[in-house]
Amino acid sequence: MNYEVSEKGFYGPYGGAYIPEMLVPNITQLRQSYRKILESEEFQRELQQLLRDFVGRPTPLYYASRLSERYGTRIYLKREDLAHTGSHKLNNALGQILLAKRLGKTRIIAETGAGQHGVAAATVCAREGMECVVYMGETDIARQAPNVARMKMLGAKVVPVTSGNKTLKDATNEAIRDWINHPEDTYYIIGSVVGPHPYPDLVARLQSVISLELREQLRKKTGNTDPDYILACVGGGSNAAGIFYHYLGHQAVHLIAIEAAGKGLDTNETAATIKKGRPGIIHGSKTYLMQNEDGQITEPYSISAGLDYPGIGPMHSWLYETGRVQFLSATDTEALKSALELTRLEGIIPALESAHALAALSMIPFKSSHTVVINLSGRGDKDLAAYTDYITETEKPNQ
Amino acid sequence: MNRLHTLFQKKQINILSVFFTAGYPKLNDTSFILKELEQNGVDLAEIGMPFSDPLADGPVIQHSSQVALQNGMSLKVLFRQLSGIRQHVSMPLILMGYLNPVLSYGIEKFLEDAHRLGIDGIILPDLPPEEYEEQYKSLFEKFSLSNIFLITPQTPDDRIRKIDGLSDSFIYMLSTSATTGTRKSGFDAHRNYFEHIRSMNLAHPLLIGFGIRSRETFEEACRYAAGAIVGTAFIEAISHDEDLSGQISNFVRSIRLK
Repeated sequence: MNYEVSEKGFYGPYGGAYIPEMLVPNITQLRQSYRKILESEEFQRELQQLLRDFVGRPTPLYYASRLSERYGTRIYLKREDLAHTGSHKLNNALGQILLAKRLGKTRIIAETGAGQHGVAAATVCAREGMECVVYMGETDIARQAPNVARMKMLGAKVVPVTSGNKTLKDATNEAIRDWINHPEDTYYIIGSVVGPHPYPDLVARLQSVISLELREQLRKKTGNTDPDYILACVGGGSNAAGIFYHYLGHQAVHLIAIEAAGKGLDTNETAATIKKGRPGIIHGSKTYLMQNEDGQITEPYSISAGLDYPGIGPMHSWLYETGRVQFLSATDTEALKSALELTRLEGIIPALESAHALAALSMIPFKSSHTVVINLSGRGDKDLAAYTDYITETEKPNQ
Repeated sequence: MNRLHTLFQKKQINILSVFFTAGYPKLNDTSFILKELEQNGVDLAEIGMPFSDPLADGPVIQHSSQVALQNGMSLKVLFRQLSGIRQHVSMPLILMGYLNPVLSYGIEKFLEDAHRLGIDGIILPDLPPEEYEEQYKSLFEKFSLSNIFLITPQTPDDRIRKIDGLSDSFIYMLSTSATTGTRKSGFDAHRNYFEHIRSMNLAHPLLIGFGIRSRETFEEACRYAAGAIVGTAFIEAISHDEDLSGQISNFVRSIRLK
């Protein structure tokens, strides 16, 4: 089975570039140059040096002994939360700004949900001295205030988006509109494996450093590059794409993607795109999305701003259909519970997004001999308000 | 041969096309607006099929789309409203919208129903010309529907030639790369682009859209192309909760004397 993107930008029937003519010149330029630039020696030299000295890579692979004991298996955490800015998002933003520079662009735009990608984009723009505009839904600005403050301190302009549910989908619409209106000087650093070709492939390649490191780290710790299971949360799916990337051809490795079920799959308040959606076009890509019977995109819901998205990267639609990746989902409550569990067992406060991956630990019948890797894609400082509410609710003394 | 071909055979100058969102301001205004446009001398109309996430549109068309959807508009409802439209309206009619609702409806069924109701052309800005050519061109031809493509000031000449080759009625020429309704300063900066396109002697006529909102901008556009398209300015003009008929005739007269 082929999981690679085709010449025309498709994974099976998914992907492509369904964009209005205004975006065609920029997308064509990117498509024609991204692989050449990414694979050039001088680009790689700069990227690798910055991944090491600026991002802090490789991120550790941590054996979570108490969590392992709790679930009767051997659990490792890939500590993307320890990367600079607190999530895997910087791997991609850094690579893309180095690409943007080589394309002669002077202005950067980005969308953000949880604010992790916005912070990553603002960070690399500060480092390069480039103008940065981040589109963020008003709902997300309210629930991820610490990241908004960080972006502003980094010198980015944060533009509140008021359309739709005022979340990630709407922020992405507005970023695309900005790009249409600035066809010459602007580069759009998209934050996930979504959007028109070549973005899904570009972002997956830049995130694939996660699984590249993981193979070597596992070999040193266990003697085997391949674990039995890899678990990752998916909204658009960039951290999952990164940690699955070098294992896609290794069929013995079970790859598990966990979507945000929100208030439950049986409610309308969910962001579980694969479970509740069907194929269509969103943000320039053919993929699964949540839509009504008339083909209008429906508003998703998740407590986690980073997973609160009605689409999913086209590669994941294909990985789902081919059966290569198994899709599970976790509710808001399951994620909150798992976040608190990890915090109390291991002393690590995870991002709400990553907590959805942790929630799958109780859904899979692992053996004690299994090696299980969870991509801990981000840290949870930004989610303290939600965690505090949950703890107050669950730990109040019995009356 | 559809009505678009006939129109461009008969008329090569000062063509006025008006875009509006179906289901706005009220759900059942569609056929009334079409009749009024024709009575006021408009040459062709583009009926916008509203979409939840119109990413090439500015605030005015975003708003009209949202209101139309809240009013209950859908492709099924629109096609029901348009049944019988050809007893009242004889100008060419175009359906314009985003690809996802059309795919969801089923593209062949969409084209077949559009043809049956007397539609002449389709504009789907997010359907790539390459995919149209490979997968849908023969279907469009089967149902005598013209597919209309966009070009912008950034479109390279070889691509414009290719688009001209795929076109069979007219080419939608954007005055500037922008979302709809963006007020950029005049056309001065685009004169070179307009002149250049004119010098390419394309096989198909051009209508200029984006930024046409007054008699001045309409006449300026008509100096370089067969005519122009008005969208956002028209939707703004019919947004007041009063006499729709009067608003339409006042607006059309403000753009072009008969």
